[in-house]
Amino acid sequence: MPEPVLSIRDLVVEFATEDGIVHAVDGVTYDVFPGETLGIVGESGSGKSVSQLAILGLIPQPPGRILRGEADFEGKDLLKMSKKELRRLRGGQVAMVFQDPMTSLNPVLKIGHQIAEAIQAHQEGVSDKAARARTITLLQLVGVPNPDRRYDQYPHEFSGGMRQRAMIAMAIANDPKLLIADEPTTALDVTIQAQILEALKKAQEESHAATILITHDLGLIAELADRVVVMYAGKVVELTDVQTLFAAPRHPYTVGLMDSLPRLTVDEEWLRPIPGQPPSLISRPPGCPFHPRCFLSQGRTRCRTEEPPLRKIGPDGHLSACHFAEELEGQSSKLVDEPVAGATS
Amino acid sequence: MVTYIVRRLLYSIPVLFAASALIFFSVHVAGDPLATLKQNPLASRQTIHNIEKRNHLNDPITTQYAYWLKEAVTNKFGSPLLQPGTKIWDDLKRVIPHTLQLVVLAEVLALLVGVAIGVYSAVRQYSIFDYAATTFSFLGFAMPVFWLALMLQILFTNIFLKWHVRIFYTSGLSSQNPGGGIHFWIDRLQHLAIPAMTLMLLSIAQYSRFMRASMLEVINSDYVRTARAKGLPERKVTLKHALRNALIPVVTVSALNFGALIGGAVITESIFQLDGMGPYFLGALLNQDAYVVMAWLMVTATAVVAFNLIADVLYGYIDPRIRYD
Amino acid sequence: MTETRLDDGDPEFPVVGAGLDTATISPATPGAVTVADLPDGIDLVHETGLELKSRSQWAYARRRFFRHRLAMVSLVVLAVILLAGVFAPLITPYSFAAQDFAHSGQAPTFKAHHYFGTDVLGRDYFSRVVYGIRTSAKVALIVMLVSTIVGTIIGAVAGYYTGWIDNVLMRFTDLILTLPGLAVLLTAAAFLGTGNPIRVAFILAFLFWTGLARIVRGSFLSLREKEYVEAAKAAGSGDLRIMFRHMLPNAVGPIVVNATLIVGIAILTEAALSFLGFGIQPPNPSLGKLIADGEDVSSTMWWLVTFPGLTIVLIVLCINFIGDGLRDALDPTQRRTRA
Repeated sequence: MPEPVLSIRDLVVEFATEDGIVHAVDGVTYDVFPGETLGIVGESGSGKSVSQLAILGLIPQPPGRILRGEADFEGKDLLKMSKKELRRLRGGQVAMVFQDPMTSLNPVLKIGHQIAEAIQAHQEGVSDKAARARTITLLQLVGVPNPDRRYDQYPHEFSGGMRQRAMIAMAIANDPKLLIADEPTTALDVTIQAQILEALKKAQEESHAATILITHDLGLIAELADRVVVMYAGKVVELTDVQTLFAAPRHPYTVGLMDSLPRLTVDEEWLRPIPGQPPSLISRPPGCPFHPRCFLSQGRTRCRTEEPPLRKIGPDGHLSACHFAEELEGQSSKLVDEPVAGATS
Repeated sequence: MVTYIVRRLLYSIPVLFAASALIFFSVHVAGDPLATLKQNPLASRQTIHNIEKRNHLNDPITTQYAYWLKEAVTNKFGSPLLQPGTKIWDDLKRVIPHTLQLVVLAEVLALLVGVAIGVYSAVRQYSIFDYAATTFSFLGFAMPVFWLALMLQILFTNIFLKWHVRIFYTSGLSSQNPGGGIHFWIDRLQHLAIPAMTLMLLSIAQYSRFMRASMLEVINSDYVRTARAKGLPERKVTLKHALRNALIPVVTVSALNFGALIGGAVITESIFQLDGMGPYFLGALLNQDAYVVMAWLMVTATAVVAFNLIADVLYGYIDPRIRYD
Repeated sequence: MTETRLDDGDPEFPVVGAGLDTATISPATPGAVTVADLPDGIDLVHETGLELKSRSQWAYARRRFFRHRLAMVSLVVLAVILLAGVFAPLITPYSFAAQDFAHSGQAPTFKAHHYFGTDVLGRDYFSRVVYGIRTSAKVALIVMLVSTIVGTIIGAVAGYYTGWIDNVLMRFTDLILTLPGLAVLLTAAAFLGTGNPIRVAFILAFLFWTGLARIVRGSFLSLREKEYVEAAKAAGSGDLRIMFRHMLPNAVGPIVVNATLIVGIAILTEAALSFLGFGIQPPNPSLGKLIADGEDVSSTMWWLVTFPGLTIVLIVLCINFIGDGLRDALDPTQRRTRA
């Protein structure tokens, strides 16, 4: 196994609010290996975005607070770095693509300029002309037509899909080792999503970056991810490779997620959502955070009192945070009938 | 953009017409413009009769309005009602530049200081500076302009009397012999300093609050987060990305503030005895010279309309999202 | 990222969005507050067969207002000042015009109760200031009431009916705003005559309704799209009933805040008018006129100008803090940074 590009260990992030302390990330651990795409799946509020923003220093520190944890990037702990060192990494070796491209781009600056700015901030001695040339190449790579004309346009003159592609171009401008894509397609029409997928794939090919793909869209995971982390209530509840995740999930939450997907090929009368509501991150009951909604738990005492640790289930590094994960063995998800398309490996 | 400007200019004309009608009819509805003159025992019946004839004061009011309008446009408002020997425009020509000097000085400084305070308050939210700035703003909103003017006058006069140091002048526009060229202007500045300070206070309070709010909104926006995520130094994030966006509403508000500034100037000029629009207006009001009052109001209305137009154009210029085609 | 609780930490209020075992849900009991009892504009989670106990909007606003410390302090200070004005004859050592020649031209002192000093004629300035407060308060209140009522009506009509009525009314408002406020007021005062506080109040109100009209119009423009307005129309309610029974209660927040701030602005403006000689005139007391009286001798008898002015500053400051507190309480949507 090669050395991981990013190694997060027991990360805990909380926010002080008027209503109490919000435990957004509660002891999260995973690795990202070079060249792979790690998907992070979860509902809103599961902590999937916050963990990334936190390690990059993008969370305002009041009211946010990183309580403890380690985030090793190429051997150095991001959480212990000075602000200056962290800044040098951001946009350079580690780059991020955000969710809503309309609000994520500065409306009063030209798009080309915003990308060139990223280049000149990290590469010494690059002239304006050179930066412009490189920007145009990047825009072309991600599929923006007429890049030399588009360079001088403003964000509101781009369509949603093009803006996101410009964001992707901006992220890979400095050949990052790690690319973090936070819900890259959530704010866009479904029809545009395919274009963004293409752009992301091209970006990965070009930069050979390891990618963290944060999303709640399982379809995207199926298309792009190699391994997947499933998060719930600020904790990692399952971690495995993408095929196993779809074929044989071993956490009741994951099972619930899969079950709730509507299928076009089979006659089903009712959609099957996971019952109940996501938990409050301020006052968390003891035991497993998922137990009030869990079909497997059936009110068992152990689920209500003991928090399940993330442990190995079976071979090949399949981890699950459930006391009774073994009971799910032998059960295959309904999605197994359809082969999982396009999963890169 | 040019079509927009032209269109707005054309639109301004009916607005000014309506304003002139409003001004004329309000002033005349209030009473007979010659009322005080008629009560004056020294005014002969012949004088009154002459004035009435010359200014068509016995015609129906709409005719009077037409005459006044004609006089305003073709003869630059003609002569005052009660002093037919002089010309209104001569006086206006004299006082307008003085007022402009005061108002422009106050506004430019207020913008610079207000924006700086607002930005720093936002960037260092909840710091001592922020609380101090907020307190200062609240005081600014609560302080009567004329009272502040008097207090400053007292302060600087006493400094002069006690320590014989003249920092700024507390009255008048210029000294007896200011000299030529640059000396004249330095002297003028010394005279305008305290009045400008008085005018500035309220504006600084407004602009700093507004800038702070605007900046806070922008600082928490997604695109500022992107700028940070790109690894840009914090100063660049603040000044290039955040400030430019936050400045947009503030600049346009300041252009629209012009009308209020004129009001403040009226007070300030009379206290500091500056020969500007303020005392001219007050004098006309005391004499109840309707023609001067109306001329003054028309000129001011035109200026306000012009500044509104400037504000709109400015807004379209700095914000690329606005295109007026 | 995380849902916030609506209850400000209050344990008896159910948490929206919590898991079933953390919500306080009680079966419908007789006398429990039901959906029909609550004013519009609240989100409720309605579980089948169960009703949630919840607080009304006003209780919320009230609690938020009382939390604003500066507003509370200002309320107390302002009350003290106003009461002093109301009970002026009882608490002032001298009347407004009484002259104490023995102590003329004196700086503030405790001798003979001349706390704010006297002028050349021996008139006690503490008493004069207190009487001045009385007048200012009277004028400001009238201005507030008249301009609020007029502004609300005009704004409501413009915002509700839209179309040409809105256009005409707004053009008219804009026209009035083309001229500097003070200039308009001065002109009105010069030609309509002044001196009387009531007259001055109405002249001021004539200008101030414009701001409120704009705000109310804005509120009504957005409120008219709400479903309950359509429902009321479908049920055959008349326009007036819809406007005042259904829409107005929901527009009340900004109206109250602005009406409060108008009081402060009215005090400042009246003082400016009186100072210039176009406002309230003797024998009616006025803080602005007091300052004007002291102008000529200000370099030596500084107290004549200072104390009336400080009083104005204090009153308006309190009003502004209260207005800020009201804004916090009634408009929680703006994620307010503490003033």
